Amino acid sequence: MTTQQGDTLLYLDGVTVTFDGFRALNTLSLVLTAGEMRAVIGPNGAGKTTMMDVITGRTRPDAGKAIFGDGHDLTRLDEPAIAALGIGRKFQKPTVFETQTVEDNVLLALEGDRRARRAFRFASTLPERERIDQILETVHLSNHRERLAGGLSHGQKQWLEIGMLLAQDPELLLVDEPVAGMTDAETEETSQLLVEINRSHSILVVEHDIAFVRALGVKVTCLHEGSVLAEGSIDHVSANPRVIEVYLGR
Amino acid sequence: MRTALFSDRLVVAVAIIVALVTFAIGIGNLAFPPGSVLHVPTYVVSLSGKYLCYALLALGIDLVWGYGGILSLGHGVFFGLGGYAMGMHLMRLIGPRGVYGHAVLPDFMVFLNWKELPWYWYGFDSFAFAMLMAMLVPGLLAFGFGFLAFRARVSGVYLSIITQALTFATMLAFFRNDMGFGGNNGLTDFRELLGFSLRTDEMRVGLLWASGVAVLLGLAVCRLMVASRFGKVLLAVRDAEARVRFLGYRPESYKLVALVVSAVMAGIAGALYVPQVGIINPSEFAPMNSIEAVIWVAVGGRGTLAGAVVGAVAVNLLKTFFTTRLPEIWLFALGGLFILVTLLIPRGIVGGIVTAERRRAVGAAPIAGPA
Ligand SMILES: Nc1ncnc2c1ncn2[C@@H]1O[C@H](COP(=O)(O)OP(=O)(O)OP(=O)(O)O)[C@@H](O)[C@H]1O
Ligand SMILES: [Mg+2]
Repeated sequence: MTTQQGDTLLYLDGVTVTFDGFRALNTLSLVLTAGEMRAVIGPNGAGKTTMMDVITGRTRPDAGKAIFGDGHDLTRLDEPAIAALGIGRKFQKPTVFETQTVEDNVLLALEGDRRARRAFRFASTLPERERIDQILETVHLSNHRERLAGGLSHGQKQWLEIGMLLAQDPELLLVDEPVAGMTDAETEETSQLLVEINRSHSILVVEHDIAFVRALGVKVTCLHEGSVLAEGSIDHVSANPRVIEVYLGR
Repeated sequence: MRTALFSDRLVVAVAIIVALVTFAIGIGNLAFPPGSVLHVPTYVVSLSGKYLCYALLALGIDLVWGYGGILSLGHGVFFGLGGYAMGMHLMRLIGPRGVYGHAVLPDFMVFLNWKELPWYWYGFDSFAFAMLMAMLVPGLLAFGFGFLAFRARVSGVYLSIITQALTFATMLAFFRNDMGFGGNNGLTDFRELLGFSLRTDEMRVGLLWASGVAVLLGLAVCRLMVASRFGKVLLAVRDAEARVRFLGYRPESYKLVALVVSAVMAGIAGALYVPQVGIINPSEFAPMNSIEAVIWVAVGGRGTLAGAVVGAVAVNLLKTFFTTRLPEIWLFALGGLFILVTLLIPRGIVGGIVTAERRRAVGAAPIAGPA
């Protein structure tokens, strides 16, 4: 990618998604600049995950534009093509490959040729192993590398998925509710980790935990019923009477 | 690569047992005269050869089902097509020695009043061509089928049903006389292969050994595939296909490669099977046959490779026992066995061993998750 710091990296304009007549996204518009970290908040069902589905090619919008980097129309590409462009994703419900080891999970995510005919390789290379060591260190899973991912705790799976994102090394990371099920200490560490990752990657992070969002100290977008309700600093957004209303009205 | 090949102890153990037993049966038949305590009767040779063909078919099914999560209930179609390719070669080798004595046409074509050989029978007089077709035809069918089905993201029960339909439709087609494959009688009355009579003990032992070698090669190929990066992706596809896409892999191409390799293995199994049983007819395509083959793998333990071989041999030993003593109750016995295994050892015989071992040592080969 040739995107420079400060250029528009992700551009959503008028995106609408309907499920059986129900508007999960309603003319949603959002602009993310390269190098930025953005926190997205909003009550349950606001459309946060659906927005990530649109960006990653899982859901086709009924209307609207989704442009990535220098002009890639995300609404025309499928999931592997979008991943190849440099968009990685951590799911709301942690999804790791349960019957494989922690190490192999990271190995599968490591950037590299994804074609089946290139996959008849055996031992991992030295650079690969070094990179895996480094990632496992970062996400505190070095002592668990031989364990099956299915045996990890919920929080560890969240970390493993973040580790897989690091391995994939995408330009833009979509991180859906990374601290759900974590202790306060783990939450604290996760926010530090995201800030650290943000030095070299753009991030769109969805989270309900306001303390966590506050700790990130970045621009916040609040979604409600599929569109943007408010945008700005966390203090600005949380002082917005309509934001207070949608959160307390439930 | 060497470690990948030999690191699964159960696979190595099964390979050694297959090699030793196959060799011993052949020697017992040829080197010891009837009457000697060490003599192995000829029917045991052919029966063992047949089991090995089933084991190869089961290995192919384990590759796609146990590792790729693709539950094919139609692998009989690939096995049968491989068998027909061999059958056509054996028919052409009969030459003018058929009942009607026609120089080129097989008996059934003379009977149907056909005047010349249909174009798709050309080339089958050559052994090499016929063997190529035994692999190519199942491989191409699997490619075409998998390409369409996987691209349309058909999976799970729907895919299983379509594979059943595929083998069923093929059976109906092959039942028709005007298809030119001998209708419901199929192809039979074979005489020789590679210049040797099929009725000699040497030939039967030769076919048994060829089947043994094929199983060993099948084990090696599957083992290399599942131990490579390819196998890790395939396993990931089985467990979380959608997730794999977001990592930038195209699951459909991984599944397609596995399915084609599996179909080619089934085709080779069918080709080795036909000269040992002396006949191929459309009943090989019967949906029940494909389901039985899946049961072998389930009983032996899917996702273990060794289990496919163990299951195919064990279930067929039982089948031989039942069909000679109590033929009426075989299907009930098979159903009962399947239910028992599912309840008592859900991971199958070999899967059960792996699980027990894993309790002691963490870090063994990955085992199959839920379907
Ligand atoms: N595949 C689908 N089919 C039908 N409705 C859907 C589908 N996916 C999402 N929805 C609906 O769209 C709305 C938005 O869902 P979405 O998951 O995007 O919300 P969210 O903001 O991520 O909520 P949460 O905070 O609970 O994760 C919800 O009402 C949801 O029920
Ligand atoms: Mg959500």
